[in-house]
Amino acid sequence: MKYVDEYRDPELARSLSRRIAERVDPDRHYKVMEVCGGHTHSIYRYGVHDYLPESIELVHGPGCPVCVIPMGRIDDGAAIAEADDNVILACFGDLIRVPGGNGSFLDAKARGADIRIVYSPLDALRIARENPDRQVVFYAIGFETTAPSTALTLQRAKADGTTNFSVFCNHVTIIPAMKAILDSPDLRLDAFIGPGHVSTVIGCRPYEWVPREWNMPVVVAGFEPVDLLESVAMIVDQLADGRTEVENQYRRIVPWDGNPAALRCIADTMELRPWFEWRGLGSIAQSALQLSSRYEDFDAELRYDVPGIRVADPKACQCGEVLKGVLKPWECKVFGTACTPETPIGTCMVSSEGACAAYYNYGKYARQRVELKVKA
Amino acid sequence: MISEESVEARIEQRRRARPRLKDERVTMAHGAGGKASRALVEGLIVPAFDNAVLDRLGDAAVLPRPSGPIAMTTDSFVVRPIRFPGGSIGSLAVHGTVNDLAVSGARPQALSVGLILEEGLETSVLRDEIEAMAAAADAAGVMLACGDTKVVERGKADQMYVNTTGIGVVDDRARLDPASVQVGDRVIVSGPIGDHGITILIARGDLDLQGDVVSDTADLWPMVDVLLDACGPELRCMRDATRGGVATVLNEIALAAEIGIVLDEAAVPVRPVVYGACELLGLDPLYVANEGRLVAFVAPGAAERALAAIMSTPSGIEAAIVGEVTADPPGRVLGRTSFGGHRMIDMLVGDPLPRIC
Repeated sequence: MKYVDEYRDPELARSLSRRIAERVDPDRHYKVMEVCGGHTHSIYRYGVHDYLPESIELVHGPGCPVCVIPMGRIDDGAAIAEADDNVILACFGDLIRVPGGNGSFLDAKARGADIRIVYSPLDALRIARENPDRQVVFYAIGFETTAPSTALTLQRAKADGTTNFSVFCNHVTIIPAMKAILDSPDLRLDAFIGPGHVSTVIGCRPYEWVPREWNMPVVVAGFEPVDLLESVAMIVDQLADGRTEVENQYRRIVPWDGNPAALRCIADTMELRPWFEWRGLGSIAQSALQLSSRYEDFDAELRYDVPGIRVADPKACQCGEVLKGVLKPWECKVFGTACTPETPIGTCMVSSEGACAAYYNYGKYARQRVELKVKA
Repeated sequence: MISEESVEARIEQRRRARPRLKDERVTMAHGAGGKASRALVEGLIVPAFDNAVLDRLGDAAVLPRPSGPIAMTTDSFVVRPIRFPGGSIGSLAVHGTVNDLAVSGARPQALSVGLILEEGLETSVLRDEIEAMAAAADAAGVMLACGDTKVVERGKADQMYVNTTGIGVVDDRARLDPASVQVGDRVIVSGPIGDHGITILIARGDLDLQGDVVSDTADLWPMVDVLLDACGPELRCMRDATRGGVATVLNEIALAAEIGIVLDEAAVPVRPVVYGACELLGLDPLYVANEGRLVAFVAPGAAERALAAIMSTPSGIEAAIVGEVTADPPGRVLGRTSFGGHRMIDMLVGDPLPRIC
């Protein structure tokens, strides 16, 4: 397929692999964090490890929207869905199996709640129009990547005068999460592979503090395996040249200044929350969005009585350490025993972008570098 | 003046006449076991299925003594929408069960048909599905030997559900057993994968997606028949890759035989439209359902013969050898990605596309 296959070309991958091998310092160990869960998924899905030297360690970051949702917010969503028979809760598919304090949305659905999977917030608005006597609540999640589509949907709902639609907003922002990771004493990183789709919205400038304050490269990268290899090569080049700066590998999609129209949409409909709880990372100041006062009529948190209780993660679960990159998925006490994709305890095991699920589904043999003899 | 006798005679004649189904919609009465039920069964189903065993309308179908061991299987069909490009719930209900028999090395003989109908279903829709079943069974050479119909209140089912149970006679040539799969055996996929799942997804219209793809729903026995001829005992085992897709089938065999399977992902046939839809939706074609594709494990020396045999059948033209059985990692499936890296391919978790069959 055009515009996809080029970025999965093994010939290109081999030449990038050689370039990386030539420029790494053999006495150095490189810890490179891919911030975005989509990158984690691609690394395992395509076996990107197979092209990297042993000295480069990819550390999985916090950028999986499902993984950072705390259990209490799942319970809040279920409480809205079960508030009365009139509510339809619409959410993305990978949210439906995330465990809360009282089970997942799948469990709530089995108890009788009307919970529907949508591919876009606009689908939720359409459900509202088709069911004028019901109340439709969209459970919004995601980083700056998905916030504009929620924002546009809100603008449309307001313009149309739709009254049976509201949004339970869980949008989060990436920069505070990166700050929290860097401030964490447990982890020393050498560079970031910057999130690609977040940067289509916010651009590359918001990362400039990283090289300035931490003397570390940031390379914003695309999601195909060749993109990831090229971004590693660019990082290794920077470190070998003694440079640290923000570079944009994903130029075909990401403008340096982001998407001003999308940012205006977000600014119109949402504002920063003073605090938001992140799963595993704790409460982070100004790290999430809520509906702005102009859109308070659409705010499900004001419309419904949500418990808003902080639910502690199960003791055995070490998602926090995995999200911060301190633990590798397989180093978690319950990985692959009590916690599996079929019966997840932690969020990292639920979404295909979660480090644990990605590793569980694709991982082990990439790490062990088994020599495989396959006939074509 | 009409005599009482002539009226009596008329009533008797009417009671004995073959009933006709004239209602526009299915009502609760059609499941109550009375005259309306009789109109549905004898006025629609029996004439369409048209065979001597069913015509007797006994409490059980009586079949001739089989020539060998009997294979038996059952499957229920709840697909939404019930009609989709390339097929419908009627043809699917025949193919699904026939294929489970076929890949077990059994020549399909007879099916039962259990119908659960929603009150209010248009009888024209039901008639189309009964005719689709009859046509698929006729083409596959199986008899629709017995059946049952129930009606549930509106909203308690979604139009219609079908269960079929099938029996077949195990073919003398077949020596199929997952435990017989050995290191070095080759893995063949009989055609492009994911067509059925993506067709259903597009047919639902929930997504603004369009694509020129039709379900692969088909009877696999003709393909199995030529494969058995070409390979005999060198054909180790087969599965039809329905829900969970090719990935799930490979994992089942890897676990059953305690062997590893290395899949060459670049060799797996996938139509561009299916590939494109999967890219857009974040699906992996290896996990998308098929209704007319089989995965065969054959001895290395028979692989080319097996491939040629499959390719000689109409639905097998695009078949390919896609992988090899290895000693390591036991019980697991490893993919060599077209990118040149490696990944684990596990069984499907959860359900990306509910109610596809």
